Amino acid sequence: MNAPQSFNSDTWTVAGRTFTSRLIVGTGKYKSFEENAAAVEASGAEIVTVAVRRVNISDPDQPKLTDFIDPKKVTYLPNTAGCFTAEDAIRTLRLAREAGGWTLVKLEVLGEAKTLYPDMRETLRATESLVKEGFEPMVYCVDDPIAAKQLEEAGAVAIMPLGAPIGSGLGIQNRVTIRLIVEGANVPVLVDAGVGTASDAAVAMELGCDGVLMNTAIAEAKDPVLMARAMKAAVEAGRLSYLAGRMQKRRYADPSSPLAGLI
Amino acid sequence: MTQDLSIRVNGEDRRVPGGTSVAEMVGLLGLDPLRVAVERNLEVIPRSTLGQVSVEDGDDYEIVHFVGGG
Repeated sequence: MNAPQSFNSDTWTVAGRTFTSRLIVGTGKYKSFEENAAAVEASGAEIVTVAVRRVNISDPDQPKLTDFIDPKKVTYLPNTAGCFTAEDAIRTLRLAREAGGWTLVKLEVLGEAKTLYPDMRETLRATESLVKEGFEPMVYCVDDPIAAKQLEEAGAVAIMPLGAPIGSGLGIQNRVTIRLIVEGANVPVLVDAGVGTASDAAVAMELGCDGVLMNTAIAEAKDPVLMARAMKAAVEAGRLSYLAGRMQKRRYADPSSPLAGLI
Repeated sequence: MTQDLSIRVNGEDRRVPGGTSVAEMVGLLGLDPLRVAVERNLEVIPRSTLGQVSVEDGDDYEIVHFVGGG
């Protein structure tokens, strides 16, 4: 690929929408809406994930996420967190489409509560149905190049393999498969889940991913706003490093100073 | 003389006066119809038609909005 003229012109496009920031952040697990909003600001993210849940009809005047993070300024990406069947996920996203008025969504269909590992059979089924209904699903999936290809063929607008289980912070467990997915994909690939610290995000970007999606790594940091800044820097550094093209590895030393002219 | 209707909203039993539209029912709950999505008996009601659809006895509603999530 050709390197962009400057970093500012390095954008990515999903389903016809173009973004500059390659970091997507979640909005769960924060201590307060204020902290959440400050972390989103510090991260530079242009897309945030949100969940679809029942309104509390016993206390309708509770503060709302939309009071703190303006959906006109930041793209809300509704998710299907907590859905374990294709039907539940589709039902959730039909409501999300009505609540938000847009079709770009994040699909995740989980297989079990302990690992929150994706159920790929249900995920593929849900992707096919959603595409037929006019949705543009960005799809959370296993780090399996074949499954990723099947999702793309079914109409997924982005492939989002896990680096490690959701909320685990273990970092990218299989760089080989993430790279294989990147090489095989004709749609954006974003590592979704498993990032624990800034270097993990940089690794994802150095592997050639188009972006990284994270929530817990920022929300559960001791200082979430500072970690959001760190993640922004890491994603940018990883991206630049990927574009720059790293040096080859050697097994032995190679001096940086000339040997000629030694006294 | 209209009779009260028994409905379920987000798993809770509620009563609303007969002849209430879905938009009015949402308003009676203290919610802004422009900031929620409404599902009635498993079918999403388009926001543009909330004012035209009447609440019927025995209806089961889910009213949702966006919350923080990953």
